[in-house]
Amino acid sequence: MKFGVVVFPGSNCDRDMQDALQNDLNKEVVMLWHKDKDLSAFNAEDCIVLPGGFSYGDYLRCGAIARFSPMMQSVIEFANKGGKVLGVCNGFQILCESHLLPGALLANSNQKFICQNTYIANPSTATLKIPIAHGEGRFYGDSKLIEELESNGQILFRYTDEKGNVTENGNPNGSLNNIAGIKNKNGNVFGMMPHPERATSFILGNTDGVKVFEYLQLV
Amino acid sequence: MPYTVQIKVMPLTELLDPQGKAVMGAIENLGITGIGDVRIGKHITLQVNADTEADAKKVAEEAASKILANPVMEYFEIEVEA
Repeated sequence: MKFGVVVFPGSNCDRDMQDALQNDLNKEVVMLWHKDKDLSAFNAEDCIVLPGGFSYGDYLRCGAIARFSPMMQSVIEFANKGGKVLGVCNGFQILCESHLLPGALLANSNQKFICQNTYIANPSTATLKIPIAHGEGRFYGDSKLIEELESNGQILFRYTDEKGNVTENGNPNGSLNNIAGIKNKNGNVFGMMPHPERATSFILGNTDGVKVFEYLQLV
Repeated sequence: MPYTVQIKVMPLTELLDPQGKAVMGAIENLGITGIGDVRIGKHITLQVNADTEADAKKVAEEAASKILANPVMEYFEIEVEA
């Protein structure tokens, strides 16, 4: 299984993602330029990653312009054929704008850019400490969508307190139901605001990000 | 024929608008009274070449619904100026 990391103008976590996958997780990584559109070297076992950053300067809405780049047309096709796609932070925003994932990421409820460690968990993982760094990460969908995500088990992670309790205090940005990450119905497209690639190295003092990649069965 | 199209894009009314809320706080700090709520959106102007006003509106509607606004979080209103 190999990874393709898409580089948009304004991506700034693309090299972190490459370093984490290649050097910490020993995976083959190919960098993909947003203006290209050839994904013929990738099959359904492979994973395309949309990294964090500020694609196209976050102009109009986060991810709104990246969604129409040539590479994204191929990524959408790849995902619809069952290929795995992971979007982190701005990548999650791009996936929502592309309709590969439902919902939207709105401005944080406190109107601030938040850069800090957060705790995330789900019923089958331990509580993980993963950093976030975003201004627009408040997951929103109408009540019907939220109900659907809950009943289909599409919620990958929720923000929690240090002990793994889903509380208001553990929710940094006002996301509905403390949602930090979701997957699509088919289970091949994943989006999350926290940055697992920033927590995969002993030298950085946190390797909880490895458990995120493991949970998503990407490594 | 050239038309100028004005598009208003606003956060859906049921959504919290933190930007508007912050500005509301500043207005209160200024001592301006009587303002109950502030909501902030975008105003987009398009120059459209079309045969008729209806055609210009149609083009603008397509642009608005495909990229200028995200219906999950925003609604838009279009006004065509001759």
